[in-house]
Amino acid sequence: MQEKTFYTITVFSENTVGVLNQITTIFTRRQLNIESLSVSPSAIDGIHKFTITTFLDSEEAAIKLVKQIDKRVDVLKAYFNTDEELVYQEIALYKIETAKLVATSNIEKLVRKYNARILDVSDHSTIIQKTGHYEETQALFEELSESIGVLQFIRSGRVAITKSRVERLSDMIERRRLIDESNK
Amino acid sequence: MKEEKTKTAVITGSEAMIQSLINEGVDTIFGYPGGAIMPVFDSLYDQKEKIDHVLVRHEQGAVHAAQGYARVSKKVGVALVTSGPGATNAITGITDAMMDSTPMVVISGQVISSLLGTDAFQEADVIGVSQPVTKWAYQIRRPEDVAWAISRAFYIASSGRPGPVILDFAKDAQIKTCEYHYEKTTSLRSYRPNPTINNEKIEEAAQLINQAKKPFALVGQGVILGNAEKELIAFLEKAQIPFGWTILGLSAVPTDHPLNCGMLGMHGNIGPNIKTNECDVLIAIGMRFDDRVTGDLNTYAKQAKVIHFDIDRAEMDKNVKATVKVLGDAKRTLPLVTNLLNENSHPAWMDEFKACEKKEYDCIINNELYSETGPIKMGEVVNKVSEATNNKAICVTDVGQNQMISTRYFKFTETRSIVTSGGLGTMGFGLPAGIGAKYGAPDRTVCVFVGDGGLQMTMHEFGTIMQYDVNVKIILLNNNFLGMVRQWQELFFDERYSETQMINPDFVKVADAYGIKGRKVVKREDLDDAIAEMIAHDGAYLLEVEVETKGMVYPMVPAGGSVSNIILGNGHSL
Repeated sequence: MQEKTFYTITVFSENTVGVLNQITTIFTRRQLNIESLSVSPSAIDGIHKFTITTFLDSEEAAIKLVKQIDKRVDVLKAYFNTDEELVYQEIALYKIETAKLVATSNIEKLVRKYNARILDVSDHSTIIQKTGHYEETQALFEELSESIGVLQFIRSGRVAITKSRVERLSDMIERRRLIDESNK
Repeated sequence: MKEEKTKTAVITGSEAMIQSLINEGVDTIFGYPGGAIMPVFDSLYDQKEKIDHVLVRHEQGAVHAAQGYARVSKKVGVALVTSGPGATNAITGITDAMMDSTPMVVISGQVISSLLGTDAFQEADVIGVSQPVTKWAYQIRRPEDVAWAISRAFYIASSGRPGPVILDFAKDAQIKTCEYHYEKTTSLRSYRPNPTINNEKIEEAAQLINQAKKPFALVGQGVILGNAEKELIAFLEKAQIPFGWTILGLSAVPTDHPLNCGMLGMHGNIGPNIKTNECDVLIAIGMRFDDRVTGDLNTYAKQAKVIHFDIDRAEMDKNVKATVKVLGDAKRTLPLVTNLLNENSHPAWMDEFKACEKKEYDCIINNELYSETGPIKMGEVVNKVSEATNNKAICVTDVGQNQMISTRYFKFTETRSIVTSGGLGTMGFGLPAGIGAKYGAPDRTVCVFVGDGGLQMTMHEFGTIMQYDVNVKIILLNNNFLGMVRQWQELFFDERYSETQMINPDFVKVADAYGIKGRKVVKREDLDDAIAEMIAHDGAYLLEVEVETKGMVYPMVPAGGSVSNIILGNGHSL
C-alpha cells in the first residue's frame, strides 16, 4: 500500500447554510475519508473556519483537493499543511467510575504524568480532561482503559494554527475590497 | 437610471422574482408549473409582454432548452420548475451545464418553509441534491432575499468560468410581501472570478512559443465563453500556429481557416491526435484536457512543453502538468502574449498535418461522404445538410454516433454554432437544446442531429415545437440501433449486441401527430431533394434518414489508449 501523508486542510468560508456539505462532497467524490473536523466562527464576523484532517497520497493530491474547495463560491480561502508546519491541539474528555478511581492509589501520579485536569466529580463518575496531540490523548485513554476502565470517551477534531507568517484573512479581505473599489 | 434601480416598492416575493429577472434582462424562460411554484407563474402572467415563457413537456427539456439558449445567445439561460420531481427532473440538465460551463439560473419551487424537512408533499432536498452539480445553490426563505439572491445568481452564473445556479424558492416567501429594490451584484468577497494576470507568465508563454519549432494549439470552449474569438485568431495567425479544437471549441474559428487542423479527441481527426504527441510546445486555450481528448495521460504530450491558458485555477495541472500556466480571461491574456510573439511560420510542420488530412480523407472521409453505392452513410447526410445551409446553421446534436459524426462533418462560418453535450454526454439533450437554440438565435437556421435512441428520450418535446411553432430542422440518423454502444460491442465485446437493437415507431407519423412536417429517406437519390425541402420549409421539419445499420465512426482512439494509436478502421493503418 502506498504511504499516505496526514494533511490538515483549513477553509475559511462565508457563514451560509450548506457550506459543510459543499466541502464534504469534494472529499466524497475522491473517496477521501475525513479523519477529524472542527468548525467554529473565525475572528472575523460572518466568516467560519473549518479545520479538516485527512490522509492523502501526495502533495499533488492535496493541491488538487484544496483548489476544488477554493473554487466554491462561498469559500474565501482554503489551504493545506503538514504537521511540521502547524501548532495543533485536540481535546479529550474521559468519564471514569469514581469508586474505581478512588480505589486506585495513583490519581495524583496520573494527573501529573498526563498533565490532565479533573473537571467534575460525582458519586458515580469523574470527568477528566486532557489536551494534546492524538498520541497523547490516546495514551491516557489506553492507560485508563487497561487499569480502571473508561465509561465514556470523546475527542474533539483538531484545531491548528500555522507557524509561518501567512497573509492574515482580514488583510486579504481588505485587499480584495480595495481591488473591487478601484474596478468600480 | 440609478434612481429607478433603487426605487423601493412593496410587492410579493414572486413579483419580486419576476421583476428581478426583468432587471437582469431576461426575456425568455423555459419552464413547467406545479403546486409549489404557482405564485411565480401567477406573477409571470402579469408580465407576459416582457417575458416570453416556453412551456416544455418535461423539466429536463426546460433545462436543456435553457442551455441551448445560453450557448448560442451569450445570455444566461433561465428555467422555472416546481418542487420535488420538478426540481429532480432538472438535475440532469443542471449537471450537464456544470460539466460544460453553461451559464444558467434554475428557479425551483419549494414547499412552505414551516414544512421544510417534514417529508412534505413534493418536498425534495434540492440544495443537498444539487450542491455537487451547481456553481451555487441557495434556498430563498424570505421575500426580502429574492432580489439579492437573483442578483447574485446571475453574477455567479455568468462570471469567471460560467455555470449553473439553482435558487430553491419556498412557497411562503413567494406569497409574502417585502420592500423591493434591485441592485446588480458586481463583486463578492469570497468569489474572485477574474484572476489577476501575471505578466511573468505572459512573457514565459511568449518566449516558449517564439522558440517553438512545432507549436500546436488546442482550442476549447473557453475562447467562446470569453468572447475571445478575434483575439485567438490574431494570436494564432501572428505565429502561424496550427490548431485543433475540442468538441465544445467548434466554431470558435471558421472551419475553413487555413490553420485549422480539425477536431481533437476519441473521434477527432488523425492530425490533431497524433501531432499532440509530436509537437514541441502544446498551447491549451480554454480547454480542460478531458479524458476523451487525452486518452492515456501517461503517454500524452510527454515530449512537449505545455502552456495552459484558463480562467479556472482548479484546471491548472488537474490532468496535464503545465510548464507555463497563464491564469486569466483569454480575452485579456491572449493579446498580451500576441504582442510579444514574433511573426513566424512553420510550413514543414503544417505539411505534416496536411499529410494526415490526406490520409484521413483517403481512408475514411471519402468513403463516409461520397459513397455512391450501399446504404446511406451518416457522414454524407451531415455534410449535405451543412452545405445546404451554406455552413451557416447552428448545429445541435444529441449524444452518440450522431454527435461524433455531426461534429466531425458539420462546417462552421460563425461562432457559437455548436450546441452539444460534451462533458456529461446526455442522450435526449438534442431536441430540447435545439428548441432553446432557436429561441436564442431566432434568425438562424437550427439543425438538430439526433439518433433513434436519443430522440425517444425527449421526443415529447415535439409538443413544445408544435405549441410554439419552433422552426427547428430535425435530422434523424436512424440505424435502429443504439449506435455508439453497438460500435463498442462490435469492437470490444465480440459483436455481442446486448440490448442495443431498437424496434422503433414510425417517426414521421409521430411528428405528423404533432403537426410537424416529416419525410423519410431510404434511397440515396432522394436525399438532396429531401434536404432542400427541409431547408425551404417554413417551420419545423423532421427528416428521417435510414442510414447504414452497422455504421462506424472512425477514426477512434480507444478509451484509455494513447492518442498516437488512433484506429482508422476498415483494415487501414497509420
